[in-house]
Amino acid sequence: MSTKVVDRSPLTFYERTYLPAILGGLKVTAKHFADTVFKGKSVTMQYPEERWVVPEGYRGAPYLVKDQEGATKCVSCQLCEFVCPPKAIRITPPGAEGQPADRHNAEKMPKEFEINMLRCIFCGMCQEVCPEEAIFLQKDYSLTGESRSEMVFNKEKLLKLGGTHAGIQKWKHKLEEAETQETFPVQTR
Amino acid sequence: MESLQYLSPTTQFVLFSALKILVVFGVVMTGVAYAVLVERKVSAWIQDRVGPNRTSPFFVDYIPVIGPFLVRLGIFQPMADGLKFMLKEDFTPSYVRKIYFWLAPAITVVPALMTVAVIPFGSTLGSEKMVIADLNVGILYTFGIVSLGVYGIVLAGYASNSKYPFLGGIRSSAQMISYEIAMGLSVVPIFLLTESLNLGDIVKYQADHGWMILKQPVAFVIFLIAAFAETNRLPFDLPESETELVGGYHTEYSSMKFALFFLGEYANMIASSAMMVTLFCGGWTLPGTLLSTPSSSLLVGLLHIGVFLSKMAVFMIVFIWVRWMLPRFRYDQLMDIGWRRFIPVALANILLTAVVVAL
Amino acid sequence: MPQFTDLLFFAFAGMALLFGFLTVANPVSRNPVTSAMFLVLTIISLAGLYLLLHAFFLAAVQVLVYAGAVMVLFLFVIMLLDIKEEERRRLKTFTVGVGSVAVAALLGILTVSALSAKPGSPAGQTRLAIGDTAELGKVLFNHWLLPFEILSVLLLVAMVGVILLSKKDLK
Repeated sequence: MSTKVVDRSPLTFYERTYLPAILGGLKVTAKHFADTVFKGKSVTMQYPEERWVVPEGYRGAPYLVKDQEGATKCVSCQLCEFVCPPKAIRITPPGAEGQPADRHNAEKMPKEFEINMLRCIFCGMCQEVCPEEAIFLQKDYSLTGESRSEMVFNKEKLLKLGGTHAGIQKWKHKLEEAETQETFPVQTR
Repeated sequence: MESLQYLSPTTQFVLFSALKILVVFGVVMTGVAYAVLVERKVSAWIQDRVGPNRTSPFFVDYIPVIGPFLVRLGIFQPMADGLKFMLKEDFTPSYVRKIYFWLAPAITVVPALMTVAVIPFGSTLGSEKMVIADLNVGILYTFGIVSLGVYGIVLAGYASNSKYPFLGGIRSSAQMISYEIAMGLSVVPIFLLTESLNLGDIVKYQADHGWMILKQPVAFVIFLIAAFAETNRLPFDLPESETELVGGYHTEYSSMKFALFFLGEYANMIASSAMMVTLFCGGWTLPGTLLSTPSSSLLVGLLHIGVFLSKMAVFMIVFIWVRWMLPRFRYDQLMDIGWRRFIPVALANILLTAVVVAL
Repeated sequence: MPQFTDLLFFAFAGMALLFGFLTVANPVSRNPVTSAMFLVLTIISLAGLYLLLHAFFLAAVQVLVYAGAVMVLFLFVIMLLDIKEEERRRLKTFTVGVGSVAVAALLGILTVSALSAKPGSPAGQTRLAIGDTAELGKVLFNHWLLPFEILSVLLLVAMVGVILLSKKDLK
């Protein structure tokens, strides 16, 4: 049966004085009041002292990660900068005479990487598009600062907050493959 | 206090009246501030949550034992609220009628505060009667002042030149004048029984013959519900319902003027509770000989005032409780009840009481 | 040395005259709502005058009924019908002349009667000694019962007429 017939018989005289409705209301509110005051059953979470459990896959603030050997994974391809909807990411590529990357076989590393946390909408497109698995949206949900410039996170801060992500070190594997096959597309050591 | 006898009786009277006015005004204002807090806490507890429990000023560490407990009770929250109201920006929109915009909150607050002038909140303290103005037409004065309170809302709605406040103001004033009639009629049987309009005499009658609530339950119920309608509290708060009319007649107001409206509403609640206690629940008396006669000592006088205040607190909690118990009345249902149900019942009650008294 | 009650009398009487004047001839604003509010203030000053004559019941009822109910309904009508401000009309000489003659005549009668009245013993004070409610009730229902009943019938007729006129279809 998908339909349920609700009983809408006309109200008796006693019901029309609204007294049963009022007494019912009295009972419900009194019960809730007694439960909250005497048995301490309240649904409030006292925030700074009790925190909620962040579920997996939660889209918090985006941070840069390092791999197992402590090298920056980002190679300054600028894909995240182009895909970011509110244009919160600004990358300064190293240029021809810039500092080389700090790990084997990577071509380059960003000279400066800034994310403006006030513009970020936490959509996760930068994480989806990054080919190096270098930027991840982690579980940090409360970001505060005392000025707008304080909320523009630069590369060191992002790396520090990002932590380590032990992933596939693909450039290292490519280098080892190339060494075994004895072709060297890139000068490394 | 022998020095007081050197002053003439008129000066004494003026001095004591001024003192009583100041004390009562202070108590009512503090009562209003803490009524807001009590409302927030009790509403929270009824709704399975905790109310304000974190406001702690800098000196709470110096209070020895119960400091953190007071913070969890939210005792200091009204201080924060008062500070907030004073520091918020008080702007006047450009499209309002300026004079009425400024007048309306004042006209709302003043009658609410004036109603407490006739209420006997104790018997005597020393040789001073504990009522600011012992009028022989006490009840009529009260109803007259309550009916002046309608102007504040009408003008508030009119002054804010916009749709929702105007509708809210008109509806609210129509509701208030309808329920004034029911309130007035329901109180007439009390005068048939006590043969006096003086509120002190009514308290004395109840001390001698038993509380009015037992003799006139119908009148009590009608007065209670009409008091809800007069103070624009749920279930009759259609004029200021946040879900229907944005903010009702106080949409356009900010900071201090909004605080005055708020104050007026809670002062009205306090005045209605005080009226109900005096008319139906025995005022400052309790059954028993110690607490039912005017006292000659200071301690018993203070005890009488304490009895009055605790009864008033019970009625305030009833006001707050009913708010979360019943859904809001629709406007036509509200007017229907006010005109077509309460007035005939009140009139029948008067007839019945008159017949019983005449026999 | 004027007594306090004399001062109060002059205060209330002056206020009543001033607010009455401002109701009709407000030089600052021609808003009908402003006129209605000044009328409320006039009524309250009159209630004060009643208080000075020891008619407490009458003063309270004046505020309750007139200022509290009748004027609120006036305000309703003004607001709901959106009565705009009065336009200034050209003053005609004939109207001004007749008006000033009538006002002068009234003032003359009032001055003559005020100057020739003997002070003391206002009429009927011995009967309504204190203006007590019970006394007022007794006089109203014994001596003036017929006008009272006629007035109630008048109000009833007005209400029935309004309900009949406001019904849309009179089948």
